Amino acid sequence: MKRGHFVALMAALTMLACGALLAACGDDDSGSGDSGSGNAQLIEANPDNAGKEITVGSKNFTEQFILGEIYAQALDAAGYDVKKDLNLGSEQIALRALKGGDVDAYPEYTSTALTSFFDVQPQDIPKDAEQAVDEAQSQFADEGLVAYQPTPFTSANAVGILKEKADELGVQTVSDLEGKSQDLTLYGSPECRQRLDCLVGLQEDYGLRFQKFTPIDIGLRYDVLDKGQADLSIIFTTDAQLSTRDDVVTLEDDRQVFPPGNVTFVARQQAAEEAGPDLQQTVETVQEGLTERVMQELNARVDVDREEPRAVARAYLRESGYIE
Amino acid sequence: MTDLRLAFLSDFADALDFIFNTREAQTGGVEVGGLAEVLDFTWEHVKISAVATGIACGVAIPVGLGLGHAGKGELLAISISNVGRAVPSLALIAFFVAYLGVGFTNVTLALVLLALPPILTNTYVGVRQVDRDVIDAGRGMGLRPDQVVRRIELPLALPSIFGGIRTSAVNVVATATIAPLAGVLTLGDYILSANVYGQDGRLAGAMLVALLAIAVELFFAAMQRLAVPRGLALQQPAG
Amino acid sequence: MLAQVEIRERSGESCIARNDFCPGWIVDNFDRYTDPLVEHVFLTVAAVACGFAIAFALAMLARRQRWLVGPIVGITGVLYTLPSLAVFFLLLPITGRGTTTALIALTAYTLQILFRNIVTGLDNVPADARDAGLGMGLTDRQLLWRVELPLALPDIVAGLRIATTTTVGLATLAVFAGAGGLGEQIVTGSNITFKTGVVAAGGLAVLLALALDVVLLTVQRLLTPWRRAQPA
Repeated sequence: MKRGHFVALMAALTMLACGALLAACGDDDSGSGDSGSGNAQLIEANPDNAGKEITVGSKNFTEQFILGEIYAQALDAAGYDVKKDLNLGSEQIALRALKGGDVDAYPEYTSTALTSFFDVQPQDIPKDAEQAVDEAQSQFADEGLVAYQPTPFTSANAVGILKEKADELGVQTVSDLEGKSQDLTLYGSPECRQRLDCLVGLQEDYGLRFQKFTPIDIGLRYDVLDKGQADLSIIFTTDAQLSTRDDVVTLEDDRQVFPPGNVTFVARQQAAEEAGPDLQQTVETVQEGLTERVMQELNARVDVDREEPRAVARAYLRESGYIE
Repeated sequence: MTDLRLAFLSDFADALDFIFNTREAQTGGVEVGGLAEVLDFTWEHVKISAVATGIACGVAIPVGLGLGHAGKGELLAISISNVGRAVPSLALIAFFVAYLGVGFTNVTLALVLLALPPILTNTYVGVRQVDRDVIDAGRGMGLRPDQVVRRIELPLALPSIFGGIRTSAVNVVATATIAPLAGVLTLGDYILSANVYGQDGRLAGAMLVALLAIAVELFFAAMQRLAVPRGLALQQPAG
Repeated sequence: MLAQVEIRERSGESCIARNDFCPGWIVDNFDRYTDPLVEHVFLTVAAVACGFAIAFALAMLARRQRWLVGPIVGITGVLYTLPSLAVFFLLLPITGRGTTTALIALTAYTLQILFRNIVTGLDNVPADARDAGLGMGLTDRQLLWRVELPLALPDIVAGLRIATTTTVGLATLAVFAGAGGLGEQIVTGSNITFKTGVVAAGGLAVLLALALDVVLLTVQRLLTPWRRAQPA
């Protein structure tokens, strides 16, 4: 009877699904054809690196996805066997993944590291980028981690507000919110509730109380302003929207609760030693082009133009001349 | 192997501790966990689920009764269930967030849409399955159409209706777990914001959500049994 | 000197920039969805296939030992009630993050409907057909495969259809377990604000569910030619 047919059909469908999955596992390269003219920085594949496995991680928002992709693709061009585990979560989860060996490295902000991992008060963070990195590096070393030279750009949290609203309230700095904040709603990431350079700092250093704090996914930080749900929203200074739109402004951080941080590539010491000198060299080379303007542009390509981080990273590497 | 077993047992023990004792959050500065917080989230979870299911009942039962009584719209009532089953809850929530934004109202709207199909279909099927003889007898006794609905079709369809509400309620409770994506803090926040609550919190959230779902299921299963009118032996439709 | 990254002019006027629904974008960027779609199909088919194998084995067991039906329905019912997101994280300490965890949860979810429909289907086989088969001298095993299962097919496929449709929906949550799928295009980064993307990913899931439903219906029609004379 049809038993044979039924079994055969099920087997065929399962094989079809498996086959399709395997076929799709190949890398599609749909990169654009632009190539930069600079070639002094072109990353060469070093045969010594072949077979050395590196897993690159990242945190869970656009800028981090782009950075993770940039580093991963650059290391891949240098001949390493690169795996990616982007979108780990926020800094605590990323650090745990790093220490636990799920990833070998990920990009972290010096400010976040110092305030969230090492309990440094935001106001005590060195203004000078090099100093901040040095301090972070010495703290990381105690944990068996190594932090490389910082990126040119810095990013910081900021209190974002619609320009209209700011004019209406007559506020330009965060301190101006005093006496007004109890009628305002603030939206931020879930971990903002606990961070010194976020809600905790606003409450303790600025002495502000808000009508309500609502934690939402980082990706929604502008949406909640647009849809009128948020009076204030925690945004980042390197956000694309700050350059593409003129209806959102940030309030000046006059008490320096939101320290700016450069990005430093943090790796496990052991993984770094196994990877050899090319790891640090490639990473520090490829990030030289990441000025604030460029980072904002790359963020815009993902958040505004809706391109994929992988493609945007590849375009950055090409346009800057790091890869062909 | 022993290590593996011990490892995850202690994970569950830690999660239980999280439910009853507060501790400092992962990033420091604030206390999380503890019974008060758990009850807050549970209340929010129950609240949004109840409101959404309630509204869905308010819409779907009258419509289902009406269509079932008139014998019209069979294709619609059955297809709505099939299509409804095919729409992923995550996509529904995301759609509402993208178009309407975050917030209690918007999430409730999405959950209402999610809850409608099973209640509508089960109400319709429940009414259609009422024995024709009983309805004829009622008409013969002089009952008006709305009385037929209220006194014959509705009571006899109740087990099926409750079956639909049960299915919807469990679906809604399950979907309310991802409500934190839209700013509504249900028990799902323990799972989705694990960076704040830690792994203990995340596991605790999973356990609590599972328990809540089972509790809701048992509650409506009991209601379904109670809804069988006394003195009548009824075939319960599957589902 | 480094070559420069092109800073683009953005007027904010394009369909995508205004975050409207842009069908053209979906067509142009469809390759973004092929990998997630394939992952999604794999998760669904694997979960339903495994679920069916387990449910079938349980049904065979319960065929002889009727008292098992109640407890099995009860246990699979509990698995069905547990929200899949919770199950992903309950399994996390044991099976870790990844496709395996997602598959276990998705498979467990299909068990009740598949088991119940197989059992109901077999129960609904008319006694006449069974008697006829026995009369022809068929062994119990032959009776099962040549008479009972074919007649039970409509119920079995009905269960498969429901299980498949629900699994497609649930597989969108697999992203939380680290297993990819279409959910990844909905929930990652700022995608949840991206109207066109959300509609595309969600729409693809719905279409996939409907497509698989049609496939199963067709399979049923092919395998039960004697029913073609009757209305479906």
